[in-house]
Amino acid sequence: MLLLQELYTTFLQTIYDVLPIAGILFGFQLFVIRKPIPNIKRVATGFVLVLFGLVFFLVGLEKALFPIGKLMANQLTAPEFIHDNVETIGVPEWSDYMWVYLFAFLIGASTTIAEPSLIAVALKANEVSGGAIGVWGLRIAVALGVAVGIALGTYRIVVGYPIHWFIIAGYIVVIIQTYFAPKLIIPLAYDSGGVTTSTVTVPLVAALGLGLAETVPGRSPLIDGFGLIAFASLFPIMSVMAYAQLAEWKGKRAMAKESSSSTNQGSTEQ
Amino acid sequence: MIGDASRVLAKHMLNSAKDLLPIVLVIAFFQVLILQQPIPNIGEMFVGLFLVVLGLTLFIIGLEMGLFPIGESMAHAFAKKGSVAWLLIFAFSLGFGTTVAEPALIAVSKEAADVAASGAMIENTTAAKRSYAEGLRYAVALSVGLAILIGVIRILKGWPIHLLIISGYIMVVIMTFFAPKEIIGIAYDSGGVTTSTITVPLVTALGVGLSSSIKGRNPMIDGFGLIAFASLTPMIFVMAYGMII
Repeated sequence: MLLLQELYTTFLQTIYDVLPIAGILFGFQLFVIRKPIPNIKRVATGFVLVLFGLVFFLVGLEKALFPIGKLMANQLTAPEFIHDNVETIGVPEWSDYMWVYLFAFLIGASTTIAEPSLIAVALKANEVSGGAIGVWGLRIAVALGVAVGIALGTYRIVVGYPIHWFIIAGYIVVIIQTYFAPKLIIPLAYDSGGVTTSTVTVPLVAALGLGLAETVPGRSPLIDGFGLIAFASLFPIMSVMAYAQLAEWKGKRAMAKESSSSTNQGSTEQ
Repeated sequence: MIGDASRVLAKHMLNSAKDLLPIVLVIAFFQVLILQQPIPNIGEMFVGLFLVVLGLTLFIIGLEMGLFPIGESMAHAFAKKGSVAWLLIFAFSLGFGTTVAEPALIAVSKEAADVAASGAMIENTTAAKRSYAEGLRYAVALSVGLAILIGVIRILKGWPIHLLIISGYIMVVIMTFFAPKEIIGIAYDSGGVTTSTITVPLVTALGVGLSSSIKGRNPMIDGFGLIAFASLTPMIFVMAYGMII
């Protein structure tokens, strides 16, 4: 009964969330393009499904993903758990939270490597680069970027450094890389940051950060709790550009080797 | 007909479950081998996970039936012909409308409102929390709309993407020094949160459609990059929102 009540209130709120996009698409179709909508029944059914899907998804988030993220943060930072594994008494140090970093890393890597939109982008990049950028290479580069990003983000929450130090430093690295990376990869690398953080990963990671900030002594959820997603969308930009640079450098070296070995041959013949 | 529908549903359910599988595996690994603690309310969590899978499935089927076909055909129609003014208005509206309905953003902004309320930044009432969460979402939606608008102008003019991105970075850094400390984390996060399920396919369709119908533009270089810009401007706008309230 409680569940039905929750579904109902979420349903009422969600109608407002879907109205703008429905209004915009139908408005443009009817008033600017001035053609009737093809397959109107199908499109309308689609909108109803979107609405119900959103409602179920949001209620499910409240019931499962948010609590799991916070629970994991609580259990992994619980003093009993830490003291069982690490011999420290008193205020825990940043190195006592190794399992937190590992958990963050694994969540980042495992959710990204299977991300369907990333697979599509990787295939496209492979095609455009003429095979220089491998499909698996790019997927691993992005997954590593996200994993390192989230792990570093949890480290930041534990030690409590201001988030903008990390992000600004990251920006500087990205800008420097931009001038050295192959031109074709740049827009793709920039996009890979935003694309990879999927609808399921975002709430879980957000809850993990908030849970950590609640349980690590001396942190406040308001100031330290957010920011993990920012890390997860910044680091793939760097790792993708680094991967492309590596691929280009390898290609150049192989070419240089070939040409130098052929000139060597030429000189010995003379 | 019903057989077909249920087959489509089953196929999509399986796909959504696959998205969730890595998360479940990692959590199960930690719970069983490392934490060795039972999960409280495990029944309720399974109900929740089922709802997440079901919801995501219906949502994606609905998008493919309704939103994507008209969204994409309109993006192509506006990109191919018609006035620049309408194209720009459409670009803005598309960015705005898709962002408002983005599920991850709805969830995170609600969470942000709860945190702000318990930190005594806003009043701890349902009304205050709702208006804060909505303000956050509309700030993000406005900024995404603006980002798509500027991104479309970039494609039309052929500006290099990194100039926009770097000036965006500079704006973010400047805003960081003026914005209240409590908003910075949420602002930085909002960039990555906004660009997911609905926004990415529709905006990419607009970008690729536009750059393949203009002579001298390469869809690879000019078609991508809209998303990158759309995940930058929310940071600036949310920090501005934090300074206003």
